[in-house]
Amino acid sequence: MPVIEVDGREFEVEQGQNLLHACLSHKLDLPYFCWHPAMGSVGACRQCAVIQYQDENDERGRLVMACMTPVADGARLSIEADHAQEFRASVIEWLMENHPHDCPVCEEGGECHLQDMTVMTGHTSRRYRGGKRTFRNQYLGPFIGHEMNRCITCYRCVRFYQDYAGGDDLQAFGSRDRMFFGRAEDGVLENEFAGNLVEVCPTGVFTDKPFSRTYTRKWDLQSAPSICAGCAVGCNTLPGERYGVLKRVHNRYHPELNGYFLCDRGRFGSGYVNAEERLRRAGARAADGVFEEIAAETAAARLAEVLSGGAVIGIGSPRASLENNLALKRLVGDENFSTGVSAAQAELDELMLSIHRAGGARIASIADVEAADTVLVLGEDVLNTAPRVALALRQAVRNLSMDMATGAGIPTWQDAGVRGHAQHARNPLLIASPAPTRIDDIASATWTAAPECIAAAGFAIAHGLNAGFAAETGGAEFDAHFVEQALTALQGAEKPLIVSGSGCASREVLEAAANIAWALAGKGKGCALLLAGAEADSMGVTLLGGGISLEGALGRLAAGEARSVIVLENDLFRRAEADVVADALDKAEHAVVLDVLESPTAERASLALPAAAITESTGTLVNYEGRAQRFYQVFEPEDPVRPAWRWLADAAIAAGRNDLRWRHVDEVTRACSEVPGLAGIADVTPSADYRTTAGMRIPRMTHRASGRTAKDAHVNVHEPKPTVDEQTPFSYSMEGLNAGQPGGLVPYVWSPGWNSNQSVFKFQQEVAGPLGDGEAGVHLIEQDEPSDLSARFRQAPRQAPAGDGLRLLPLHRVFGSDELSAFSPPIEERGAGPEVLVHPDDAAELSIEAGKGARCERLGSFAVRLDAGIPRGCAGVVVGLKNAGWQLPAFGNLTPDPDFAPKPELIARG
Amino acid sequence: MSEAQLISPLSAEEVEAIEAEIAHLPDRASAAIDALLIVQEKRGWISDESLAAIAGLLGMSTADLDSIATFYNLIYRRPVGRHVVMVCDSVSCYVMGCDRLRGAVEEKLGVKPGGTTEDGRFTLLPIVCLGACDRAPAMQVGKELFGPVAADDLDGIFGGFD
Amino acid sequence: MHDLSTMPLTGRLLDADAAGKGVVDLEAYEASGGYQAARQAVTGMTPAEIRELVKDANLRGRGGAGFPTGVKWGFVPMDGAAAEGHKYLVCNADEMEPGTFKDRYLMEKDPHMLIEGMIIGAWAIEADKAYVFLRGEYHEPYRQLQDAIAQARSRGYLGEGIFGTGFNLELAVHRSGGRYICGEETALLNALEGKRAQPRTKPPFPPASGAWGRPTIVNNVETLCNVPAIVTNGADWFLELGRGEDAGTKVFGVSGRVNNPGLWELPMGTPIREIIDDHAGGMQKGYRLRGILPGGASTEFLVEEHFDLPMEYATIQAAGSRMGTGTMILMDDSICPVDMSRNLQHFFAQESCGFCTPCREGLPWVEQLLLDIEEGRGQPGDLEVLDRNADFIGAPGNTFCLHATGAIEPLMSALKYFRDDFEAHISTGRCPYREA
Ligand SMILES: Cc1cc2nc3c(=O)[nH]c(=O)nc-3n(C[C@H](O)[C@H](O)[C@H](O)COP(=O)(O)O)c2cc1C
Ligand code: SF4
Ligand code: FES
Repeated sequence: MPVIEVDGREFEVEQGQNLLHACLSHKLDLPYFCWHPAMGSVGACRQCAVIQYQDENDERGRLVMACMTPVADGARLSIEADHAQEFRASVIEWLMENHPHDCPVCEEGGECHLQDMTVMTGHTSRRYRGGKRTFRNQYLGPFIGHEMNRCITCYRCVRFYQDYAGGDDLQAFGSRDRMFFGRAEDGVLENEFAGNLVEVCPTGVFTDKPFSRTYTRKWDLQSAPSICAGCAVGCNTLPGERYGVLKRVHNRYHPELNGYFLCDRGRFGSGYVNAEERLRRAGARAADGVFEEIAAETAAARLAEVLSGGAVIGIGSPRASLENNLALKRLVGDENFSTGVSAAQAELDELMLSIHRAGGARIASIADVEAADTVLVLGEDVLNTAPRVALALRQAVRNLSMDMATGAGIPTWQDAGVRGHAQHARNPLLIASPAPTRIDDIASATWTAAPECIAAAGFAIAHGLNAGFAAETGGAEFDAHFVEQALTALQGAEKPLIVSGSGCASREVLEAAANIAWALAGKGKGCALLLAGAEADSMGVTLLGGGISLEGALGRLAAGEARSVIVLENDLFRRAEADVVADALDKAEHAVVLDVLESPTAERASLALPAAAITESTGTLVNYEGRAQRFYQVFEPEDPVRPAWRWLADAAIAAGRNDLRWRHVDEVTRACSEVPGLAGIADVTPSADYRTTAGMRIPRMTHRASGRTAKDAHVNVHEPKPTVDEQTPFSYSMEGLNAGQPGGLVPYVWSPGWNSNQSVFKFQQEVAGPLGDGEAGVHLIEQDEPSDLSARFRQAPRQAPAGDGLRLLPLHRVFGSDELSAFSPPIEERGAGPEVLVHPDDAAELSIEAGKGARCERLGSFAVRLDAGIPRGCAGVVVGLKNAGWQLPAFGNLTPDPDFAPKPELIARG
Repeated sequence: MSEAQLISPLSAEEVEAIEAEIAHLPDRASAAIDALLIVQEKRGWISDESLAAIAGLLGMSTADLDSIATFYNLIYRRPVGRHVVMVCDSVSCYVMGCDRLRGAVEEKLGVKPGGTTEDGRFTLLPIVCLGACDRAPAMQVGKELFGPVAADDLDGIFGGFD
Repeated sequence: MHDLSTMPLTGRLLDADAAGKGVVDLEAYEASGGYQAARQAVTGMTPAEIRELVKDANLRGRGGAGFPTGVKWGFVPMDGAAAEGHKYLVCNADEMEPGTFKDRYLMEKDPHMLIEGMIIGAWAIEADKAYVFLRGEYHEPYRQLQDAIAQARSRGYLGEGIFGTGFNLELAVHRSGGRYICGEETALLNALEGKRAQPRTKPPFPPASGAWGRPTIVNNVETLCNVPAIVTNGADWFLELGRGEDAGTKVFGVSGRVNNPGLWELPMGTPIREIIDDHAGGMQKGYRLRGILPGGASTEFLVEEHFDLPMEYATIQAAGSRMGTGTMILMDDSICPVDMSRNLQHFFAQESCGFCTPCREGLPWVEQLLLDIEEGRGQPGDLEVLDRNADFIGAPGNTFCLHATGAIEPLMSALKYFRDDFEAHISTGRCPYREA
């Protein structure tokens, strides 16, 4: 490792890195703007200047931009030299000429990288006497606010939006000192990762619009490590709360999963926590059918009565924590517990688990996705089902350009150099999916087809790679050219990755994906496999297991075989046909619903109990990789809202049960770890008695919290005694120490002089490396030693069943197809309504028109969109929406529906 | 539908000229500046509609094309008169009195830099060195270069443009 | 008839002028030996031989930086994987440096000479595509070049199988959208690719990875125009042409209050005073020369004490300035150095591409300060602020490209040589050059 000397101190640094990266990795305070750990260097801002000396005798040295200068063994540098300091102060002075100096009213104030750097460089008074330029701001949609006058022209926004996330509707306009960053015209920023602009922008140009509406300074926010429940990826988040309101969600760095970026579902999807539809009181249905609020004790007593009254069915949920699911399962008994997903989905979930357990292919983390050199996506629209994966795929296809650059002597962090040299060169990414996807633009080959055809092609690819795998492809037609391209690409791959999932609801597609991965592995090539699960805890409940299917549970209720049901955090109307669900709930003598929202299911309950949301509770979720991750209570919900496990445990105690005498979430977690397959979860993070140095708790608020004494100023100016948190290692105050703890226990990032999110480097072992004390999360899936896996899925895929009408295929939408985030107002504004995608020729035959309505028996009415990428004879139906519990794929006839009023397109200025 | 019809705001002639430029280049988007200049040559300026049509033809987003269009001095995103009058304001012409010349032009046309005469004939724009420093102070009207220009010459010069 | 062995660049066009033709057309060009050098190079010399020849001739770039052309050509990968695929030769005909008007003249009057130079240059690096990156305002040169290219193609000098060999070359003119920064060679490449003309990082250097990521050579018009005669007459002839250290002739130019502003092809090393007095006819009556920018707006002022120096790279550099484009701008005693500096900084601030901070924000501040001082609003301490800005903006490496460095060169030297003028403005609160 090269050694460099900075201001007289020696540091070992990583070969090939740039000086800025190296200095920050050693926690040195070196200001910068345009550089970003995930996006490399472009040398625009000139803020990171340091002095580099030629040799021992060189006293003067010369200024170099640290981010643009490769480390060299023996290099002598100075950050502190007067000339370097003066230059850096000058850079700030230049940047400040036109800056509005509006910190007091700026949302970024207090966590602004520009503020931090201004203080750090010591620039305090402005000598520029000219006027300031001003800009007109734009309407950018419900997520992002725009305040261009604050811009310091670091180019990070366009670099993230365009180069990193693939958007094409945000750009840099103009030139010289009149650069404008925005859209060509007012309108919604279309990219699904636009929200990261809020964190990428080092000042207050791009702001979190919902947050701005009920704004709070960062130092007044209370936060704790959390996990996004938006999809199965399980991105790490930092939700921030004040006055009992969840204010915003920021990214929580995780080196193997989300890195520095979240998708907009994750960032803006937590608004349901504050939603009007929130279930905040316990209620019971009186004899007249009207709901009445009841006291928490009464509610617990009622629940205890239900438990004492004979067999109870428990329906769990793939969006609830393992702890809550386990509590219900233990309460009702294995044979009465359903994991709350349809039998079809459960089959797919179990299949994915068994594929991973079989071994052979490494389970791909997001970091693995980014490292892949050849990717085949089979059937899964990851941008809509597991969005963060799609963002990673955009990086994966750039590995070729990195190789080309390395070959040409260009360091991979020289971002513009790499892009200029490699131009449009990309690694192979092949996508076979039922409908066109929003990452087709980076694909080397795309092909749309029904799942059976995709499966057949997948079997052909596996056989083509390795003749030991089933030769029979089952007769469904497929695109031989696509198969040929996939074979060529995969045969040439060093780091192949196969991506699939349960999104297209096809068992055979998953089997095909597994066969391909195994066929590659059998050829001696390591292969990574990513199977996108459906929901935040799909893998968790699959590992936990249920004795009965959802259909079985509903059937037993309908048949009167069970008198009562407890539904945990689950709107059954989204999972099964409405009449079946309604019938079952109506037949049950007691239908108890524990949930966060007043879902249609809750409306049918005889007893409804308000459950804490993820941000209000502590627990564990298991992501698509089988990685168990812990989330912590960010703030205490108002009574009687409480974690579902606690409702259940309280009721169990009241019912005289001795096996669920849990008072502490750690006890429930320990109980989970007794389940075979879940043993590891006790080790995910330390238990509640963990303390940092000097026996300190970890504070949920920063040291600068002004809110403590006036914490409840909106109701009362008396200083309350902070709640003593028995459940976690965190404190509900600014007291404690936010340093040195395991990576999974970082409740916010802050470091002296670094008030913005840029301070995350102070928590990393090295820039963009693992967090201080290692990884967050524990892998629960044990993979077998690879044996011959070619025998595993030999049964050829079935052909599509014959049916009447169009074959309706499920399509997912990042905004709308997820139950909870759909209740978040900004997501609702962006969200998909019921929509069907039809091939133009089919539409013409059926006399249905784009933008108008179409009806499908049983399913309801949809807005019609034409898409020539939809296979003929198929139609894509957006699933996951409210009251859309039907099972797809299915057959159905579409007829014009003149009465249908589609959701208006979002073009309004607001 | 032919490609030309799909992007109807462009004339067949314009499309043809743009395609001819594309033929010299490794990819379509590389013709962005050429395409803007071609369309501007016919229409005087680049309207939002023209911009969208060109972007469509080149397979790029309007934002991407506008980013390019707004970078360059010679691409006009606002309407201009039939003839653009450019009075050089760079150093050689400065030494030779371009400020006086510009004053005279402003007076003659009755517009300030950036303005268009009411009859729509002329738009006055500042321009950097026209590469006619031996003829300073220089100015260009449309595609014609004049220099050295004295205030007395202006009537004659402008008279030559309809 | 002019002697092409002493005036290889302009001999033909002066003849054409004398004949009242204005332009050296194809017949005249061929009749005077035109395209023979290209034929000789392509049919009789290897690319390596040409590169060596140009290196031996010590031809230095005429675009401003003076980098040895043959050395630059030598950086192009000629074998192995990196050499496979397209290579490009780009002629930098952007000429937007204030005070510079030589390339226009060469292209307008003798377009075939440039084309021939490009054929030889392209062969030297085995480029199959060549572009002339032309200033958008250059309408007449555009017409001349388009016609000449068509003619050259019709004669088989361009296109497939040039001179019956296997060498193919396409030549196209790219018109610029107009911005000074397009002349910076990496910004030029971005502009050529149809993008915003922001400069690129080096490395990679264009000869290794330039236009569309392929090996690319960028040369100035005048540089390329020199090449045919070097092939015809040899390296020694070229070395001998110069009066001093530097080889060849140079198209020198003079603008400002002289009796006969214009351009002349003279040997390298011709003294400044000789150019001004003998060729430009000396100062106009009533005007005294105070300073010159020897090679365009981005070079440092030279003053009285320097006027006897020869126009030679090393000499001018030693005097604290640069040869630049060799087209000098004269500041006479009626011009206020503060206001002239303001004019220059206005240009550079306007033409900043907007990418890096010191240039984007620093130059407008400098311009605004100069305006304040010029208009009598200067304050004590303003010169120190100017000095400091100049130091920080102007040091090579402090900004992303050399645009800002070039911008500061005339300012620094003005602050040095004309400091009294600046101070007088501030202390009296008015510009002494303006009528009260
Ligand atoms: C801001 C800037 C503007 C430039 N403008 C021009 C120009 O208009 N014409 C030119 O030939 N070189 C210009 N150059 C120099 C080019 O970058 C490059 O050095 C030159 O074209 C190389 O050709 P040569 O080696 O033949 O001189 C400019 C450089 C800078 C930094
Ligand atoms: S110095 Fe910076 S802002 Fe100026 S032209 Fe060069 S890159 Fe652009
Ligand atoms: S961070 Fe180094 S130049 Fe911007």
